[in-house]
Order: sequence, then C-alpha cells, then structure tokens
Amino acid sequence: MDLTWSPQEEAFRAEARTWLEANLAEWRAACGGAPASGDTREGFAQHLEWERRLFEGRWAAVSWPEEHGGRGASLWEWLIFEEEYYRAGAPPRVTQNGIFLLAPSIFEFGTAAQQAGILRRMAAAEDLWCQGWSEPDAGSDLASVRSTARRVDGGWVLDGQKTWTTRGAFCTHLFGLFRSDPDSERHRGLTYLLVPLDAPGVTVRGFGRLDGDEGFAEVFFDDAFLADDAVPGGVVLGEPGQGWKVAMATTGSERGLTLRSPGRFLATAERLLALAARAGDPTLRRRAATAWMHADAYQQQTLATVTRLAAGARPGAEASLTKLWWSELDVELHRLALDLLGPDAELDGPWSKGWQFALSGPIYAGTNEIQRNIAAERVLGLPR
Amino acid sequence: MRFALSPDQEAFRDAVADLLAKACPPAAVRAAWEAPPGQLDRSLWGDLAGMGVLSVLVPEADGGLGLDETYLVPVLEACGQAALPHPVVETAMVAAPLLGADIGIVTTDLGGPNLPCAVDADALLLRCGDRLVRADPAAVALEPVETVDRARRAARLAPGADLTDAEPVTDHPAEVGRALDRGALGTAAVLVGLAQAMLDRTVAYVAERHQFGVPVGSFQAVKHHLADVALALEHTRPMVWRAAWTLARDLPTRARDVSAAKAMANEAAERAARAALQCHGAIGYTVEADLHLFLKRTWALTRAWGDTAHHTDRVADALMP
Repeated sequence: MDLTWSPQEEAFRAEARTWLEANLAEWRAACGGAPASGDTREGFAQHLEWERRLFEGRWAAVSWPEEHGGRGASLWEWLIFEEEYYRAGAPPRVTQNGIFLLAPSIFEFGTAAQQAGILRRMAAAEDLWCQGWSEPDAGSDLASVRSTARRVDGGWVLDGQKTWTTRGAFCTHLFGLFRSDPDSERHRGLTYLLVPLDAPGVTVRGFGRLDGDEGFAEVFFDDAFLADDAVPGGVVLGEPGQGWKVAMATTGSERGLTLRSPGRFLATAERLLALAARAGDPTLRRRAATAWMHADAYQQQTLATVTRLAAGARPGAEASLTKLWWSELDVELHRLALDLLGPDAELDGPWSKGWQFALSGPIYAGTNEIQRNIAAERVLGLPR
Repeated sequence: MRFALSPDQEAFRDAVADLLAKACPPAAVRAAWEAPPGQLDRSLWGDLAGMGVLSVLVPEADGGLGLDETYLVPVLEACGQAALPHPVVETAMVAAPLLGADIGIVTTDLGGPNLPCAVDADALLLRCGDRLVRADPAAVALEPVETVDRARRAARLAPGADLTDAEPVTDHPAEVGRALDRGALGTAAVLVGLAQAMLDRTVAYVAERHQFGVPVGSFQAVKHHLADVALALEHTRPMVWRAAWTLARDLPTRARDVSAAKAMANEAAERAARAALQCHGAIGYTVEADLHLFLKRTWALTRAWGDTAHHTDRVADALMP
C-alpha cells in the first residue's frame, strides 16, 4: 500500500488548480458573473465557451493522447484533475456524453480514420455528441430498440424514434443503436451508428426535464438518409450487426467512474459541511458527517479500482456497484442540502436544481433496480 | 499511489485465513460457547502466535515482526470471517504495542465494560483514571456476565475493584488515544470479515434453497437485499484499509479516518446481519444453523469500541471543528 502522490502528480495537481482558478474567474466574468444552466439554450452557448477554453488549455480530455487533443495523462492524473475541477466549482461538462461515453468506444472500436476525424473535434466542442439509445419502448430494456437502419447504396436509411436524449436539442451529432437486421431480436442484429443531426429526415424536438430546462430531446428519423461519409472515417462504429458489443463497452464507462468521478461528490459534501457547521443542529451535523463519509468512501473505493485498472484489469460488473453508490450518494447529499435550507429549499436555485438532477441518477444509465440485479447475478453469482 | 495490499500483506492474510479455515470452523466457535472458563482453545492461539499474528506491531528487537497496522488489519478481517472467539484485537492490536510479545491472552476494558474472554485471560490491560495499567486476572475481582454471544466469554470488573497493585503501563494521553483507535479499527476490520462471511453464507444458501420450484436467490427481492450488502462492503473495506495506513503513519486525520471506518463497518455489518437472517428465513432463526454465531458477534461488536453515533460525532468534530 502506498497512499501518497508522487511529486509529478502533485505538480500536475498544482498546474490544474492554478489554471482552473484563473480561467474560471475569466469565464464567469465574461458571462456577466453567473453563467446560466448548461441545459438551457442560453446557458449551453456560455458553456461551449468554457469547453473551448478547456480545450485550448489542453484540459478538455486530459487522459487522451496528445494527437487527439489530450495530454496523455495517467488514470491517476485524470482522477486528480477531476478532483481539482469540482473543488474549484467548475461547471458540469456539457460535452460529457461524447468525451466520457462515446470516446472510450471510439478508442476501442474506431478505425484510425474515425479516431483522427472525430476525437479532436469532439474535444474542441466543435462537434457535440448526444447518446441515442433510449426509445419510448426501450428504457432499461435497451435490447428492445426498434429504430431501424436499412442498408442502401452509399449509406443507410434510418427510421424510428429516440427519446430522453440529454442535450439533444443543442447537439450536432448522435451516437445510437439501430436494428439493421429486420429479422433479428434482442441484442443481435444491431448496428452502432454515428449520425449528424442535420441529416435529411432527422427532426429534433427539445422538451423540459423535471427541472424545466430543455435538457431532453426526442429525435425522429423519417426515411433519414445517413451517407457512409457523413462522419469522417465512416458512420458505423465497429462492424454492422455488432452494435450491442460496442454499446456494452460504453455502459461500463457510464456506470463506472469515468462519468461520475468522486471529486464531484466530495466537493458537494465539503459545501454541505460548511452549511451544516453554520446550522448548528446536531442531527443535521451528524447527517453531514455521514454524507461526507459516504463521499470519501467513494473516493477510497475509486483509488482501489484505479489501482486494479492501472495494473491492467478491465472494468467488470463491479461498475454496477459504483453506479449504485454514486447515484444514491448524490440523492443523500442533496436531500441533506434541502433539509439544511429548510423553508428556503423551495426556492429555485443551485441546490433545488441539484436535487432534481440527483433524482435522475438512480434512473439513467440503467435504473438502480437493474444495477442491483446485475450486481447480484454477475458479482455475487446468484441464479438468474 | 497504490491502494492494494502488497504481495507480502496478501500472503500473510491468506496464510492466517487458511489456518482459520481448518482450525476455526463454526464447530470450533460453538465449542467456545460451551468450554469452561480457562478452557479456550490454546493450541489455535499458539498457532496464531507462531505465525506472528499476535506480535505484528511489536518491534523486531523486542521479538515481534516489527510491521504496522496495514499488515494486521487484513488479518483481523480474516479472523472476523471465521468468527474467531479469541480476543485477537485486544491482544495483537491494543495490548502488544504496549506490553510486548509473548503476553499470552490479554483482554481490556478499553472497548467497553464487558471484557471479552476475561475468563481465559493471562493479563488485563485496564483503564485506571487517565492511566493504563496491567493487572493479573487472579488479583482482580472479575464477575462473569451472560452475553448473547456466549463465545464472548466476558466478565466485568467488580465495582470498586482494587487496582493499587497493578503495574503502570502508560499515563501518556497520546498512547491511550492510540490504543483506543487501534481497538476501534481492529474491531472495524473484524466486522468487515463478519459481514463478508454472512454474505458468503447467504449467497450459498439462497442458491440451494428452493421455494415455488426455483432457488429463492433467483427472486429480485432477495437479490436486492444481498446486492445492498455487497455495495456496503465494497465501500467500507477501503475505508478500513485507509484508516490502517493513517494509523500506521499517525497522520493528523487519524481520528476522522478511524472513526469513519468504525462507523461504516458498524453499518455494513448490521446490514449484512439483517439481510442474512431475512434471506435465510426460518432456517436462520435457530441455534442449529451456524448463522447465529455470526449475527450475535456482530451485535456485540457494533457497539463495542464506540457505536455508530459515537464515531459519527467524532467524524463531525474532525470535519466541523
């Protein structure tokens, strides 16, 4: 065991901290002091400015190779960056679904031409990717997708509907699963496609999430034509018909630590400690200490996980336990925040918005009921 | 950064786990329920001493292994997994750093009024005002108590017990504080082991037990109970290991880290015990099934060396001074 950071890692942390402090101040000032939510049309534009600033500083995707706009950082450095990012109070990443969910699949399954053509533009927030998986009749049961892709000369014809697509109304591209073999069932016969949202026959309609922001969209495909060269390097990720395999690589990222690193929750817990210290109520004080412990436990568990990954292990079904922990931790933290605010909890503000967002955690990326099944069957080995 | 046991630490823990699998099956725990005072299995205790378990924290110059808590804590987890009745936390974690190697069976009142295995002890480490003293059990009035877990083999100091002849150990507040933290963390490690054992036994049981023509472990309600136990353990064990590191280096976060580990281990073990009994159903609600040996130890240890409220308040004090 060695729970210390190396001098290089400490230097990396110091560099990130300095950059974040200076650039956040400049960005906030440019937004007139208080940027709007990234899930509104006005806020999204402001957040794109922030994303471009991150890219110019080479902080947009620190763990990627330099040729794609990253800085080749280790997993440990990535973790340090995330910690500093949220400690500094930097905003949620509007580019996250591309950078954290699609990119890992592109690194694993993409051709050199796709990697060269897609990744750098993604990191620079020139192309903005949303995830097109859920459909009106395919939520937790992703293998029941019905949207189709029909092979034609020079491309694909898409039909069907995706929905609950986060930030779909503001994005330029969608990555999604389409049934390319009409006789197939379940997870067979699916193809993972990369789709520009301005393709002919694609219609996007934004709608309000629980918190009222236009953070959701439904995407309609009506004989939409997707040319083979609509995306540099080609629109199929992996092989046609192998979409499920490619998609599963992404669910590991979504449930595991890449999407929701501990830094985010530790930062929230620290803010709650300050509120609880002022409140002076012994019950709330004890709950704040408990919530902090749960955030810290996620940090310690992550250090153990990253130790295994750094030694070459692949993320497995344990990612389901990680997803259960961070999503329920986020609810615990925000519930406590509302109790600390008391009657003012009903006011529209960062905590009430955070509470509403936290409630989505146990639903998205596979509901927590599904995650408990996965953990019981694949981690504990209980009978199906 | 490397948050994992070293090959040495792993090998040490595995060797002790192998020994306990052979020498401390549930039948041996049951035997400790029945054995007369002074008849706790000394041969197993001798084997543990021979492997160095009892002197991990004693300097090499004094006949110990000269290692730190990051070696001992995983071993204590293995002891919990076997529900070992012997006072290994009290002897190896708390007494040995103060009293040295080859001290026999030692118990203490630092973790609470009921001294575990007091009826078998060769020496007592007792609190006397602000001091710690070493007393001979034969020279101190002890009153056996009937505990729910009879393998606790506990006794209390008689009211007004005379400690004037006891040998002074330390009156240094920092040493007393470290002894309390070692006891709390060692007990947290034992609780993690108990929770793991209850989870493993229950997973095996619900795969075997059939109702409605299928294994009861195929029902989602049962799966979710056990997934919750796995979830708690997955996030509690790292807290216990981290506190071992903090304690070994005496870092300024010691109170926070040790208390967070004990508070979370209490909760994980309580959850494991509750789920294990519920998922065993009526078969678990007997003294014939072995599960009760683990349940009853859990109920005792979650309140020994500080309960959840005590340790949570200590975390709160460290975080919000």
